[in-house]
Amino acid sequence: MFNYLFVVLIVVTIFIYFYSKKYSIKIRNQSGYLHSLPQYYGFYASLWFLIPSLIIIGLYLIFAESFVTSTLIKSLPNNIKNLPVNELNLVVNDIKNLAVGNIANSSSFTGINEAANFYNEQYELIDKVVFYSSLIMGLLTFTYAYKTISSSYRARNFIESAIHILLFGSAVIAIFVTAGILLSVLFEALRFFDVINFSEFLFGLSWSPQMAIREGQVGSSGLFGAVPLFAGTILISLIALILAVPIGLLTAIYLSEYADTKVRAITKPILEILSGIPTVVYGFFAVITVAPFIRNTGSFLGLDIASESALGVGLVMGIMIIPLVSSLSDDVISSVPQSMREGSYGLGATKSETIKKVILPAALPGIIGGILLAASRAIGETMIVVMAAGLSAKLSFNPIDAVTTVTVQIVTLLTGDQEFDSPKTLAAFALGLTLFVFTLFLNFIALKIVRKYREQYE
Amino acid sequence: MVIDMINDDFKTLGNTETSNKVVMSVKNCNVFYGDNQALNDINIEVGRSEVLALIGPSGCGKSTFLRCLNRLNDTIDSCRVSGKIHLEEEDIYSGEIDVVMLRARVGMVFQKPNPFPKSIYDNVAYGPKIHGITTSKEELDELVEVSLEKAGLLDEVKDRLHTPGTALSGGQQQRLCIARAIAIKPDVILMDEPCSALDPIATEKIEDLINELKENYAIVMVTHSMSQAARVSQRAAYFHLGNLIEVNDTEKIFNDPEHELTKNYISGRTG
Repeated sequence: MFNYLFVVLIVVTIFIYFYSKKYSIKIRNQSGYLHSLPQYYGFYASLWFLIPSLIIIGLYLIFAESFVTSTLIKSLPNNIKNLPVNELNLVVNDIKNLAVGNIANSSSFTGINEAANFYNEQYELIDKVVFYSSLIMGLLTFTYAYKTISSSYRARNFIESAIHILLFGSAVIAIFVTAGILLSVLFEALRFFDVINFSEFLFGLSWSPQMAIREGQVGSSGLFGAVPLFAGTILISLIALILAVPIGLLTAIYLSEYADTKVRAITKPILEILSGIPTVVYGFFAVITVAPFIRNTGSFLGLDIASESALGVGLVMGIMIIPLVSSLSDDVISSVPQSMREGSYGLGATKSETIKKVILPAALPGIIGGILLAASRAIGETMIVVMAAGLSAKLSFNPIDAVTTVTVQIVTLLTGDQEFDSPKTLAAFALGLTLFVFTLFLNFIALKIVRKYREQYE
Repeated sequence: MVIDMINDDFKTLGNTETSNKVVMSVKNCNVFYGDNQALNDINIEVGRSEVLALIGPSGCGKSTFLRCLNRLNDTIDSCRVSGKIHLEEEDIYSGEIDVVMLRARVGMVFQKPNPFPKSIYDNVAYGPKIHGITTSKEELDELVEVSLEKAGLLDEVKDRLHTPGTALSGGQQQRLCIARAIAIKPDVILMDEPCSALDPIATEKIEDLINELKENYAIVMVTHSMSQAARVSQRAAYFHLGNLIEVNDTEKIFNDPEHELTKNYISGRTG
């Protein structure tokens, strides 16, 4: 029955739309005046029908399950009702599985079949209530709206505010989701900080979470100093930026200022292909091609380079973010007004002088914003480093050492069967939270810089 | 029917020669954008200490012609220029001349004020710096001040030379652009509707400035304002659909034009 509710709602809504529209046309014909176009009255009345119905359905989706479950528990025999919470939950799950026809342990207590039937009956009842109440509620509010339709009623303005609310609601959802993600990470991280000292995590110089799950030593002897991880992340990201920023920026300058349309038509799509390659493929490239090449070159020069060196990973990550830097910079450079270029040429400046002294300074805020965006991308990048970076946390700024990153550690801490109450797994959330705050801080700085230059130049 | 008045071997009416010392001379200049001919066989001289006004309806080729004089059309890929344009003795379209040096000698002021996003000082110092005109900081400071003085802007900005040029008012920005152009000591200043984005008071200031500047420079100015052409120019050239119809002393053009098209335009019947 509940399955048909949406179909019924849609049909009734459409009917109400045309019915109210027709009614408003009739009013217009009688009184010779109508404030808004007839379709606005149609939308107006159908919104009044639809919204209360949807609210009731929403409440049903949120509360029905817990309501039915609590009535179910109340109906159970006393000896089961008084079981400890986790055992009671198992029984309830059995009943629910039986009720929906899944394979269930039907012998957990006598009368389980009756309980399952009771559960189904309850659900059917509540479905029926919601079905009728949403329709009746909608029809009531619709009747109210229908009565307000008159030649002077401003349905157009009503629709305008309804659209305003709709748009505002969408924006709020995005904010709530962000807040939800942050909170879910935050609470797990707080559980971690119950066990491990906050300053030890933030400033500790060694990272060795594996020790923590040995029996009898839970949490006590694991080392959770995150500094080596962040040092590794920053080292790899820096190598990536050192490669990507000059190449990306110079590519952007070439494409927007020097390249003729033919070259541009070929080069731009190729760069875009580069940005479309899945990062796991970059990971292969790093492991199979770049890392051995760097290692061999190193041994030829007499250097002992780790096969998971930060240099190799950083270079591949740099290749990955070149398109990001170049396309963002290209947009910014192209948006510098042509009059700036002509002003400079008109004074006898050459192309490169114009770029160096006029265009780049004018485009600088945008370019810096783009670079910081690329930095955030590099810091949060996971797949390449999981495949090609090291696993052991070594505090080193030497690019030929193997270092590990925050994202690699999060992945290794959480993959496989894990219990979510040991500091080892909870550490992943603490790392995630710190990474989140770090990138937030980076974005904040980016905005500051952009705003500062804006003030100066506009 | 107006087009019928011009045939292929049309000769510009009036007097294309200047009575002053010739600074630039244009002979048989044609300009093409791809296959479209934008200018047709233009002949004209530009003299020292005078303002030559280019007038005509929109799209008639005035700005295109102006941009031939400092080869700014070179930046447009599809644009081709033929004929001879001399700056004093040198052919500016010959292979020998360095376009960068040419533009240093033929300055330009644009329709919309376009100061660089730099300080007032750096805007004026930009040209001298790239051409190495000055050898010391003191010399550069002085050149910046003199240029701002000549552009009539110094008194208004002397205590904030290091604030952004883009923060000035529209009229001040345009005078800053003029100061920037004269800082590299050009022979000719090209102006492409320099007052069209300005209010009447700022316009009056710029016109006064043009009157002073013409003593030392040859000025070629595109304008859509008949009254402005009458006020500031000594000679005027009327363009129509890529043809130079008539060149004469400004007084003669406005009071007794030789060509029917010029007469129509002056009296407001075309354009």
